[in-house]
Amino acid sequence: MSFLLACPECGERSAYEFRFGGEVKSRPQQGDSEEAWFQYIYTKTNEAGEQEEWWFHRNGCRKWFQALRDTRTNTVIATWYPE
Amino acid sequence: MTERMWRPRSLQSSYDVVIIGAGIHGLATAYYLGKRHGVKKIALLDKGYLGSGNSGRNTAILRSNYRTPEGIPFYDASVKLYEQMSQELGWNVLFSQCGHLTLAHTDSSLIGLRVRAENNQVLGVDSKLIFPDEIKRMVPAIDISSRARFPIMAALYHPPGGVIRHDAVVWGYARACDRMDIEIHPYTEVTGIRVEKGRALCVATTRGNVAAGAVLNVTAGWASTISKMAGVPLPIVSHQLQACVTEPLKPFLDKVIVSATLHVYVNQTDKGELVLGAEIDPYQSYSMRSTLPTLEQIAGHTLDLFPQLHGLRVLRQWAGVCDMTPDYAPIIGRAEEVENFYMDVGWGTYGFKAGPIAGQCTAELIATGKTPALIQAFSPGRFRAGRLVGEKAAAAVSS
Repeated sequence: MSFLLACPECGERSAYEFRFGGEVKSRPQQGDSEEAWFQYIYTKTNEAGEQEEWWFHRNGCRKWFQALRDTRTNTVIATWYPE
Repeated sequence: MTERMWRPRSLQSSYDVVIIGAGIHGLATAYYLGKRHGVKKIALLDKGYLGSGNSGRNTAILRSNYRTPEGIPFYDASVKLYEQMSQELGWNVLFSQCGHLTLAHTDSSLIGLRVRAENNQVLGVDSKLIFPDEIKRMVPAIDISSRARFPIMAALYHPPGGVIRHDAVVWGYARACDRMDIEIHPYTEVTGIRVEKGRALCVATTRGNVAAGAVLNVTAGWASTISKMAGVPLPIVSHQLQACVTEPLKPFLDKVIVSATLHVYVNQTDKGELVLGAEIDPYQSYSMRSTLPTLEQIAGHTLDLFPQLHGLRVLRQWAGVCDMTPDYAPIIGRAEEVENFYMDVGWGTYGFKAGPIAGQCTAELIATGKTPALIQAFSPGRFRAGRLVGEKAAAAVSS
């Protein structure tokens, strides 16, 4: 079994319709330290458990949204558009 | 009485080196620590049975026709250790150097293969470009016609590449380690690492706590979870990689066939089964459940190469969890944050073929404190320094 993702626009669709966009991180501002940018680019939490992440509905509405997913079981707990 | 490959032992309270993960990398490191450096008190801890992780889930393909000047000598040294392994361990690992073909279906992948062939030859690795007529002579079953969706343009032929019995490698190392009184503890899951003043003092497990002189993280897909216990961040994301095996056929294929464009690799085992591998799944996950879309992808792309295999049934499908780094190269070295915490991680989709040499280098690093030349490019500090390796000839990732 693969898993289903509930796109906020299109409803539940196969995960293979989407593009995975990685864990949600806050982007440093221009002028922030090199360390902040290093952390943003390279350090990954790679959570074995519930993780907030980006998804893009490539074969659907073509919108980016966020999801809370358990990476151990691929259970999707919630999906939403970020503020 | 049958001889035991390795003996169950009781967990002691203290070891010189605690190795977390008893797959091929952990076992090889323990073996060389004992054999070459005389380290006595070593414990290998694993949360499952021996070979339950990626050491028993890979498609057992070995090769050294990589692309970068860092990767090629490293994997070449590994293939040479595999060639010696049956002698070294006194245990047949069934290494068959049947030859390995990487197919090009596009101009850009042909250019990539040309670069690899040139780099390989300069560094002494047997590897050359061959074209459809010669491919067809070597592999009569393959479809080289222009009818295919992605017609085959050329292949990188790597004669020393081949397949090995991966379980035998694990068992052989485990047996050799046990003979040196290196302790192997399966079903011993690490639950925490106590770090004080920049030193890892103690490893907590489901069977009790052990004090450690040095700790090595060799947990592949779970590398981030162990590293987090020691407070060492990693640039790794875990993705699953799937493979399957079909019912047996008469022998018709005696080469390993890989296609980066079609994201598939194919070889026929001695039993006649076809082992088919995919590329990593497109989303991060620790799940080890196989999926139907990936099976469809493997099947479709295998049929692009071998249309006559339609109707062939799949016996088993499985997944392993791969620790992917940003530059498709491993991370081997000592953590900057914790002085006695070592890692041999980030092995992504290419860890099995590197096991022996990674173990040998990691053992040297732990025992002597000096980083061997072969692994200097793979240091944990390379990301901060902006010196990425960029090994685009890695397995099972799109080029």
